[in-house]
Amino acid sequence: MNEPELRALIEDVRTGALPRRSFIQQMVGLGLTAPMASMMLMHAGVANAQPSPAYKPTKRGGGGPLKVLFWQGATLLQPHFANGTKDQEGSRIFYEPLAVWDNDGNLVPILAADIPSVQNGGVLEGGKVVRWRLKKGVTWHDGKPFTADDVVFTWEYARDPATAAVTIAVYKDITVSKVDDYTVLVSFKQATPFWATAFVAAEGMIIPKHLFGPYSGGKSRDAPTNLKPVGTGPYTFVDFKPGDIVSGAINKNYHMPNRPYFDTIEMKGGGDATSAARAVLQTGEYDYAWNLQVEDEVLKRMEAGGKGKAHIVPGGDIEFIQLNITDPWNEVEGERAHVKSKHFAFSDIKVREAMALLCDKKSMQEFIYGRTGFATANFMNNPPRFKSPNTKWEFNVDKANAILDAAGWKKGADGIREKGGKKMKFVYQTSINGTRQKEQAIVKQAAQKAGIDLELKSVTASVFFSSDVANPDTYGKFWCDMQMYTTTMTAPDAERFMDQYISAEASQKANKWAGRNICRYVNPEYDKLALSAKSELDPVKRAATYIKMNDMVVNEFIVIPLISRPRVRGGNLKLVTTLSGWDLDFSALQNWYREGGVA
Amino acid sequence: MGHYLLRRLAIAVPSLLGISVVLFTVLALAPGDPFSEMALNPNIPPEVQANLRLKFGLDDPIWQRYFRWLLAMFHGDWGFSFISRVDVDTLILQRVPVTLAVIGASQVVALLIALPVGIYSAARPYSWFDRIASTLAFVGFSLPTFFTGLLLILLFSIKLDWLPFVFRSDIAATGWQWWWEHLKQAIMPVMVLGLFQGASWTRYVRSAVLDVVRLDYVTTARSKGLRERAVIMKHVVRNALIPVVTLVALTMPQVFGGAIVTEQIFRVPGIGSLLIDAILRNDTPVVMAVTFVFSCLVILFNLIADLLYGWLDPRISYR
Repeated sequence: MNEPELRALIEDVRTGALPRRSFIQQMVGLGLTAPMASMMLMHAGVANAQPSPAYKPTKRGGGGPLKVLFWQGATLLQPHFANGTKDQEGSRIFYEPLAVWDNDGNLVPILAADIPSVQNGGVLEGGKVVRWRLKKGVTWHDGKPFTADDVVFTWEYARDPATAAVTIAVYKDITVSKVDDYTVLVSFKQATPFWATAFVAAEGMIIPKHLFGPYSGGKSRDAPTNLKPVGTGPYTFVDFKPGDIVSGAINKNYHMPNRPYFDTIEMKGGGDATSAARAVLQTGEYDYAWNLQVEDEVLKRMEAGGKGKAHIVPGGDIEFIQLNITDPWNEVEGERAHVKSKHFAFSDIKVREAMALLCDKKSMQEFIYGRTGFATANFMNNPPRFKSPNTKWEFNVDKANAILDAAGWKKGADGIREKGGKKMKFVYQTSINGTRQKEQAIVKQAAQKAGIDLELKSVTASVFFSSDVANPDTYGKFWCDMQMYTTTMTAPDAERFMDQYISAEASQKANKWAGRNICRYVNPEYDKLALSAKSELDPVKRAATYIKMNDMVVNEFIVIPLISRPRVRGGNLKLVTTLSGWDLDFSALQNWYREGGVA
Repeated sequence: MGHYLLRRLAIAVPSLLGISVVLFTVLALAPGDPFSEMALNPNIPPEVQANLRLKFGLDDPIWQRYFRWLLAMFHGDWGFSFISRVDVDTLILQRVPVTLAVIGASQVVALLIALPVGIYSAARPYSWFDRIASTLAFVGFSLPTFFTGLLLILLFSIKLDWLPFVFRSDIAATGWQWWWEHLKQAIMPVMVLGLFQGASWTRYVRSAVLDVVRLDYVTTARSKGLRERAVIMKHVVRNALIPVVTLVALTMPQVFGGAIVTEQIFRVPGIGSLLIDAILRNDTPVVMAVTFVFSCLVILFNLIADLLYGWLDPRISYR
């Protein structure tokens, strides 16, 4: 799909010929995120849909306790220090951003009075300046009013390198200024088509100036409020034990009517995913469980208990194989897998294509993932309803054999192909995880039929995913022929995600293997596209470029996307949640309630 | 006695130093990085990680980090958790009450089983009671706790739906209700640990009593016409229990150390689960503090066991 076609589709949505929802689904099929598609529509002047979730309770409170199980407990409750999602979720109970993403990619206002748009004068100078109007009458849990000063302070706090905030990337290149007590201006260095990053979703939680003010910069770790959050959220802080429990009580002054429904909230950590699933689906001891990485078979058996069901929410996680195009076994200029070196087999696109043909994604989906994974051809995410016309995949051993024969790789006496004295023996590594070892076995089996010998290697997750410079087995070094893991598209915008293949990001000694281009893919054309997308003001052109970049990586078989992994959550049958694949689980916590009164 | 105590304490100091050096180097050499979770997130620029490493002094040479840690420890500063950004002592103190209650109760249960069963079995060796008790004891300590734990969960939580299997430290109830809830959730972990420990202690008690019961002075006591009960309780048990007391004293540090596996199964927020989480996340200050306190307790209880020995058996003297 190219730029004119995209424009035609957007025009269809504007005239009402194409429902907004199907447009977004098509874009998602092409590998864009729902928020990106939504931003394109907003830019074209199609108003954000204002979804009204069916919220039935007619009064605040009275819902009893809400018990939530996270098998990785929150370790800290300061959103700008979050080590991972679990910490952001824990913080989100108490803190709120200006707006959140719903499952269809709509921006939903939380602390904002409305969503900025070109029509309401909120998006100025083509997205260079964004004016946010804040909701009036919102108070912090300690009774102080929430104003523009808090928003400006959050920006100052997070952008200061001495604070060591993990959200610094969002805030360091923007300027935020106060217009009046309830209006702020966010100015970007240049027109930014995807402007909904600062103060939005997981990285946008606003912190109170009156409590964090004295603890900005180098003193940030001494703030007592780091451990006792005071926010604007639906629940007020009661207790926190790192790694174990976060508890909260109803915020009687919450700024949305009749919300929240529950009187208390408890977020319990620890244990493992299987027993968390059991506590929600089978015994009903808990109401909700996060991230159930459990085989579908097991989930189904537990659901038969009749207490809860699994919620499957499409998101941007992708399990994929990377092929090493550099030589990981010999040193060039004193460095293994040097960017300039060539892999004896994978530097040939034909071999890479054959390898892709040997990945039986369908079996992986059917026998390993079930409902919890979909075979995919795209690197950017892709739910099963739509297939991108530009990329496709198949599993075909005969074809792979034919391609390898044609490329000059002949089978030797032991059945293993060789060319120029080099045997087709590859080391295929991944982290230790039951599911991954099964996937490895599926690929190995097919490869054997094509005369390729795969040596399977599995590395403890804490080593594999570490950035330890001294360790040869990290995924960042990628000192073997193939590797597999899941990459997470954490931001709704694809820019950072697609940076993974620009040559400047190549993971090598010079950057202590912290570069994000782990395949060490070097293609000037890709670099050029990435650069042009960065400064592209027109969101449609930009989207078309990203689709092209996705196609490039996939069709050159630098990576083999395997399975798109939706989020799997467990919920009580009576619990009504509002989940979004583009934001935190708790992004709409205020709307959660239980049907049929207290359980 | 006083000299002995002083000498032992003096020996303890270099051994603790040695232990801390070994712990620290092993942890420093172990692969992994406390901020690896961030490395996986493309939205966090690598500079943030580098900045944090600098802030926590992770890039300094090992010996510098060790001496900094040692110096802070002398000042009573246990360190600062990389992951939770909280002082380590706060983290540990939060976990102590639950650990003491659950593991302590399980040790009491173990003693309550081991003493009567062990003594009775030894008093009537190879009787039916002894055979059944021995069989059960073997079964008890051959089954690992993760297995019995899951078995109990399947039976009492899933089939019968009597007991909860998620342990909650914050129970929003008062008075009897609070005690009742705590009792209900503690039964399974306490039983799993107690029965496991009790099974092996039963064997120790039995063999210790058997050793004594054959001695001449016991025959003398019996031939004086004392009642069997008096012979066993007054003459046999007191002597037989000396090795058992040592054994119990030596397992006491575990009450602090927690039970890693069982805590994980029942989600008991004890020291064990704190330790394993800290190890998995490479949170060195927490691992260091927990293991160091643990080694201090091992040394301390070794000393206590030696002192108890002398008190129980006057033939042993300290020089």
